[in-house]
Amino acid sequence: MGSFFAENILGFPILSVLIFLPLAGAGVAMLLRGDKLLKGWTLGIMFVEALLSIPLWVNFDPNTALFQFGENHHWINALHINYALGIDGISLLLVLLTTFVMPLCILCSWKYIDKRVKEFVITMLIMETAMVGVFMALDLVLFYVFWEAMLIPMYLLIAVWGGDNKAYASVKFFLYTLAGSVLLLVAIIALYLSQGTFFIPELMGQSYSFAFQFWVFLAFALAFAIKVPMFPFHTWLPAAHVEAPTPGSVILASVLLKMGTYGFLRFCLPITPAAMFYLAPVFLWVSIISILYGGFVALGQKDMKKLIAYSSVGHMGFVTLGIFLINLEGIQGSIIQMVNHGITTGALFICVGILYERSHSRMISDNSAIGSFMPVYVAFLGLFSLSSLAFPGTNSFVGELYILIGAFKQDKVIAFLAIPGALLAATYMLRLLQKIIWDKSDGHAHHEEAHADEGGHANHFFDINIREFATLAFLSVFVVWIGLMPKPFVNKITTSVTNVIANATASSNAATTPQGLDGLWSELTGGSSHGDGHGSSDQPGDNTGHDAAPAHGNPTEGGH
Amino acid sequence: MAFTHEIYMSLAALVLFCTTLTDAKSGTPRLIALALATGAIISSLIAFGAHGDLFNGSYRVDTFSQSFKVLIAIGFFLVVAFGEGLRGIERENVADYFFFLSLSVLGLTFLVSGVELLTIYIALELSSYSLYIMVPLRSNRFDRQVEAGIKYVLFGAVASGISLFGMSYVFGLAHTTKLDALLEIYPAIAATPMGLIALAMMFAGFFFKLAVFPFHLWTPDIYEGAANETSGVIATLPKIGAVAVLIRLSGMGVDSGNFAGLMVLLAIFSMTYGNLAALVQTDIKRLLAFSSISHAGYMLAGILTGTINGYAGAIYYVGGYLLMNLALFHVIYSLSRDGSNVSLDDLKGLHRKAPILALTLAVGAFGLAGIPPTAGFAGKFFVLTAAFDAGYMWLVIIAALNTAIAAFYYLKLVRAAYSLEEAPVAEGAPLATLPFSVTGKVLGVIFTVFILAVGIFPDALLDLFRAAVH
Repeated sequence: MGSFFAENILGFPILSVLIFLPLAGAGVAMLLRGDKLLKGWTLGIMFVEALLSIPLWVNFDPNTALFQFGENHHWINALHINYALGIDGISLLLVLLTTFVMPLCILCSWKYIDKRVKEFVITMLIMETAMVGVFMALDLVLFYVFWEAMLIPMYLLIAVWGGDNKAYASVKFFLYTLAGSVLLLVAIIALYLSQGTFFIPELMGQSYSFAFQFWVFLAFALAFAIKVPMFPFHTWLPAAHVEAPTPGSVILASVLLKMGTYGFLRFCLPITPAAMFYLAPVFLWVSIISILYGGFVALGQKDMKKLIAYSSVGHMGFVTLGIFLINLEGIQGSIIQMVNHGITTGALFICVGILYERSHSRMISDNSAIGSFMPVYVAFLGLFSLSSLAFPGTNSFVGELYILIGAFKQDKVIAFLAIPGALLAATYMLRLLQKIIWDKSDGHAHHEEAHADEGGHANHFFDINIREFATLAFLSVFVVWIGLMPKPFVNKITTSVTNVIANATASSNAATTPQGLDGLWSELTGGSSHGDGHGSSDQPGDNTGHDAAPAHGNPTEGGH
Repeated sequence: MAFTHEIYMSLAALVLFCTTLTDAKSGTPRLIALALATGAIISSLIAFGAHGDLFNGSYRVDTFSQSFKVLIAIGFFLVVAFGEGLRGIERENVADYFFFLSLSVLGLTFLVSGVELLTIYIALELSSYSLYIMVPLRSNRFDRQVEAGIKYVLFGAVASGISLFGMSYVFGLAHTTKLDALLEIYPAIAATPMGLIALAMMFAGFFFKLAVFPFHLWTPDIYEGAANETSGVIATLPKIGAVAVLIRLSGMGVDSGNFAGLMVLLAIFSMTYGNLAALVQTDIKRLLAFSSISHAGYMLAGILTGTINGYAGAIYYVGGYLLMNLALFHVIYSLSRDGSNVSLDDLKGLHRKAPILALTLAVGAFGLAGIPPTAGFAGKFFVLTAAFDAGYMWLVIIAALNTAIAAFYYLKLVRAAYSLEEAPVAEGAPLATLPFSVTGKVLGVIFTVFILAVGIFPDALLDLFRAAVH
């Protein structure tokens, strides 16, 4: 298996360190006392984690498509499950995004979370372990373990520290995402039974039959589409976002949603390319619907968090659009856009959290006309809003431009339909900005009166402090950096993306793709009607010489 | 010596019998039982590598039986350990309770070594009848225990009657009751209608023990009616025995499509019915009863494959199930100061009252739901992989979908413990904390650590179980 890995030039298992450092930190946190100390300790651990992830960026070789910094150890021999880690251009930026966003989450919850602090920091640290693990795992079972294990801390984050309706939102989040991923497990087992390994690089580029690819792709796609979320599986997102505490919303928006799109790139495209190409038009249209639907619904929101949540649906629609174009610009753009969305939307949720701490309301009308009281804050809010609507010079512009270039190359109708999405984003973000900063009419007079006896608006909406400033300033650096100089970021990912697309195209061309619905039907039902899932003896990919493959085939009749 | 463990367990039962004759205080029998249970784990480990036959080859000690005996001994130890003070049992009955418990464990110890139908039957009855007596031993402050006890006896007697009747047919068809011979002869007979009926009837008794649909009807009422500590016993120990026997016997029929098909149906109905019924329960013991029906379906899914991986997966599954279920029963037992049943509302605010218990509950519940990285996930994964490999794709898909249904009611437990706060008794009154012994805390931590450790490092255990079923 060594051929899938580039040599680890760092000389120590940095990926394992990144995974287990937060976990060890959580273990120590169990013994600590005092809220300040706990938060400080957690911030320290996450800060060290972020520093440790910098060598990944520095030492990452952009000229190879191999997995870098790899590790591979036996874990469960009976089923050939390995503890395999590695990153390539697709996962590098997402790992860095995770390690850099997490300390900010602690910073933005410094005052916000004041009850059950110990449980909170332990939850956050375990969360970081699971999230980093998802992006590094190169074994399907390991991936699944991290993928599912992440649900528990996220569930607790919403259920314990959430808003008034937290019980409903947290259960909905958990069940929705779990329901999506149970069939993922079935698909993982199917892949194992066909190839005798859970090692992801080895499962890529095998010539599975089209029917097999089709079902595996659908099982994967359901799990990922719910996570992204793509229309019509998005209904859990607004509920979860609105009820989650600020750090929960930031994690959701910045990292969790990326796991869905990452999954499409890491699994669907390389493992089931024929099905991916075959079904891409459907997903392109779903992406367009997500973009337009998210934008239109965001227009009508009165709750700031809901507005940003629906805007996420639209922005993630752009990301999936880029992925399903399956060309270089599209996928480059979508990876950049994943990072952008993580930065910008995360920042917007932090901004909303800052207002919420002052006004204890998420409603736009309760937070309007604060421009003169919080000038510094408003400057940041303006910058992130511009970034969210993809204003030239900000990070999102670069991502959306790449995606749209890719779209125009592929299909002009799709590209034209995506443009109104960008317009909608401008409309709802500028509307939000206008109401929050300048609006005088809407409820403002009422507001003044209500607070008159407490010394008025100004007392209430004091400007941001150093901690909040540092958080937002850090994120705004990246908004401008990626916006003006995207080249270093794009460089890191190009080789991996080119390679994935080339392999997928080659193996998709080799597979026979059915023509029309009748063709699909006969392809899926023809041959062995039950064989496509478990049967492996009829898979051409079976002759690749895995002597480790378990005794499979011979289905017993009673099973059907 | 091969039979150390059997001799030890018989002596242990004898010692506990002697305590019933004395006028000991309620604490003393428990200490004796705890010491004996600790000894049971040790003696089962001592006898681990042993091989031997008794009674003309109808009783066999091998890796398979010894693995199960270790599991049973661990379960025995855990149920004695968390039953601190036996709050649900009258004082004068405490000694009897431990005596019958040890007899039941003795029966199960014999059961997993039985390789002849009548030996199996007698061992099964020994363990069952002891359990029947333990159910109505619940204190008279409660009113459901007698009803539950009678239900248990009647259902159990009918089930074992059918089972015995089936055995008579099996004997009539195959002219032997020795398992070695049956495993050779019977697969051919199982394809005939008569052979199938005989096999199905014989299995009914074991399905009853495992609480597989449609032999599950007793489960919720008996869990609810029996004392908390007794329900913990009934929920776990007999299932280990049942899985052992089913694995030993399944070779007789799983290669014949009809019988395997029947088992697939039962597995599907079990998991789906159990999960759907559990969704609406508010009494936690009833909830766990229905969840155990659903888990029986998963265990069956491993057994019906008839492959080494499936069997090993089923053993692993039942081991994990033992740990996670007892963890939850430990929480129930610790919460209920007077031995009454615990409802979902009683869990509210548990995170504040007893953080360690809340953690134990959460890990146990997520484990039973099959969320990684717990023993519950690993077990489910092994069983489903084996079932898929054997060609039962639809069973696997339905089982996977069931995981999502089950998550809902396990999540209700976690939500109550972590997310909901109990109403204060009076306005401004300080909220009570739960007096909670050191032993209880230690046990809670042990459960948590083991559920996670077994789930993350299943390799050694899985290899052991694979060797055992080889």
